[in-house]
Amino acid sequence: MATVQEHLQSLMGNRVVETSGSSLTRETWNRLRHNRIALVGLGVIVFFVLIAIFAPWLAPHDPRATTWFDQIRPSSVPGPSREHLLGLDESGRDMLSRILYGARASLIIGIVSLGIGASIGAAFGLLAGAFGGWVDSVIMRITDVMLAVPGLLLALSIAAVLGQSQVAVMVAVAVPNIPLFARLLRSSMLAERQKDYVNAATSVGLGRRPLVMSHIVPNSLGPMIVQGTLALATAVIDAAALSFLGLGSADPGVPEWGRMLANAQRYLNVAPHLSIIPGVVIFITVLGFNLFGEALREALDPKLRR
Amino acid sequence: MLKFIIRRLLLLIPILLGLSFLLFFWVRALPGGPATALLGERATPERVAQVNALYGFDKPVLEQYVKYLGRIARLEFGQSITLRKDVTDELFRRFPATIELAVAAMTFAICVGVPLGFAAAKRERSWVDNTAVIASLAGVSIPVFFLAQILKWIFALKLNWFPTIGRLQPTRELEHVTNFNIIDSVIAMDMGALGDTLKHLVLPGIALGTIPLAIIARITRASVLEVLNEDYVRTARAKGMSRSVIDRRHVLRNALLPIVTVVGLQTGLLLSGAVLTETVFAWGGIGQLISGAVLDKDYPIIQGGVLFLAVVFVLVNLTVDVLYAVIDPRIRVH
Repeated sequence: MATVQEHLQSLMGNRVVETSGSSLTRETWNRLRHNRIALVGLGVIVFFVLIAIFAPWLAPHDPRATTWFDQIRPSSVPGPSREHLLGLDESGRDMLSRILYGARASLIIGIVSLGIGASIGAAFGLLAGAFGGWVDSVIMRITDVMLAVPGLLLALSIAAVLGQSQVAVMVAVAVPNIPLFARLLRSSMLAERQKDYVNAATSVGLGRRPLVMSHIVPNSLGPMIVQGTLALATAVIDAAALSFLGLGSADPGVPEWGRMLANAQRYLNVAPHLSIIPGVVIFITVLGFNLFGEALREALDPKLRR
Repeated sequence: MLKFIIRRLLLLIPILLGLSFLLFFWVRALPGGPATALLGERATPERVAQVNALYGFDKPVLEQYVKYLGRIARLEFGQSITLRKDVTDELFRRFPATIELAVAAMTFAICVGVPLGFAAAKRERSWVDNTAVIASLAGVSIPVFFLAQILKWIFALKLNWFPTIGRLQPTRELEHVTNFNIIDSVIAMDMGALGDTLKHLVLPGIALGTIPLAIIARITRASVLEVLNEDYVRTARAKGMSRSVIDRRHVLRNALLPIVTVVGLQTGLLLSGAVLTETVFAWGGIGQLISGAVLDKDYPIIQGGVLFLAVVFVLVNLTVDVLYAVIDPRIRVH
């Protein structure tokens, strides 16, 4: 009898789960590789990450230099030309260089804020899902309250307290993500709990901690990864929105896509490229994350498999 | 049914209490201390002391919170720093503008989104379906503040089809009874003003409605696809019921629940989006009020505005819950 139990326990041990985990990863990757939408999304993401990393080498000019200010008139801002591929902005700076550097701000703010929001949210979700009872109730009531304020408004009021800075934007965009991830991890943990392998593990005497940490949590991560990709899209848009409303960096020289759109408003009639270029760039970046996130959801969800 | 509604109303209490708690700490975290922040940086020390005494900012925290609770229960948010007006009055005065815009956006989103999703589901994997799927992904990816500018540039500045900003031509006289321009122009029997109001609503409505449209279309598609595979639809077909009757009586009715949920949830996004859309179109609603207040550090307005919109959001979700129970009697039991 003891040997059977040992055998079962070794079966439920880390090693077995890890290999099955890696094969799920491989399976998902295989499915993604054959999905054109996923590849387009991934391509866009990789493209923007590379731009963000190599901005200093790719940018033809200093993004802050107002060298060509003498060419700016209230009635005209030079558009794309051979010298300035994307034209000049309203202060006589090179648009292409500002867009390239702007990718940095956008992606860093997006990734950091998502990282903060998702990890704090996951920690709360883990507590709620693992302990249940009053811990669960308290955490869920807190998320109820946070979800009662529409995301961008919550971000806006936080940024308003913290003042103008990119760190403030990161925190502000992170907070509305906390309740989302907390609820998601909790609910997928609850769903996992109903499964047979949990019964099996409990019946062979596996303690709560290893059961939760090495079985339930790894199996609950799928929805978190999907939500993470999609939330990154929202984070990029929200960060741009806050910057559009004047809450980005306090230094107007720092290139941010959202602020570029805000400044472009006054020139909409004479220089539409000022708003079209950053707008399209934000759109494509966000679309990339959304396409990849959707494909990932399909690949991970067996019900959606075609 | 009444019992269900009362139970849902009771659930609001902890949420509202939590919200007040959140805002209380928000006020206390304001830069320069609560009194200075609420009065503006140029406030005299006497005024600061006065407000400190009035609001009890010098008392123990618990007492402060109770006082604060009483104040927001009476909707006292104080005076706007920049506008020198009562925040609550200003919120109520501007609220109709935001509702008008939100209703226009939702109408657009539902009227286009539901048929689009339905058509996509009925012809799964056809070009209609593919276009709908791609369009809905594009729709959720486009920033509202960019879409608003592009619509304004093409249809207002270049083609001159629609006005660029505002809710009504400044030259037009309209007596404001309700502040809902549509209702006011009907009361005044002024068809010119009504047409003008509707014209002003088109571009902001489309800009604000595009994200909900995309999401509604997606959910409708998924929900209809699921229902189409149900046994009762096959049975109805087998017994020779006409397609349009099946669609109306069986498919749409059963697919409605997720759609109603999403419409409710999207209202929150609509209220957030209104801040951006109203800014681009100088709409004069609560959204524009808040975005201006953020730049001016007009904290009383931000406080009142955010709480106001959050309460609206909670009430809309409550309405959706009740609507649910009307559509699907099974829910009342739980």
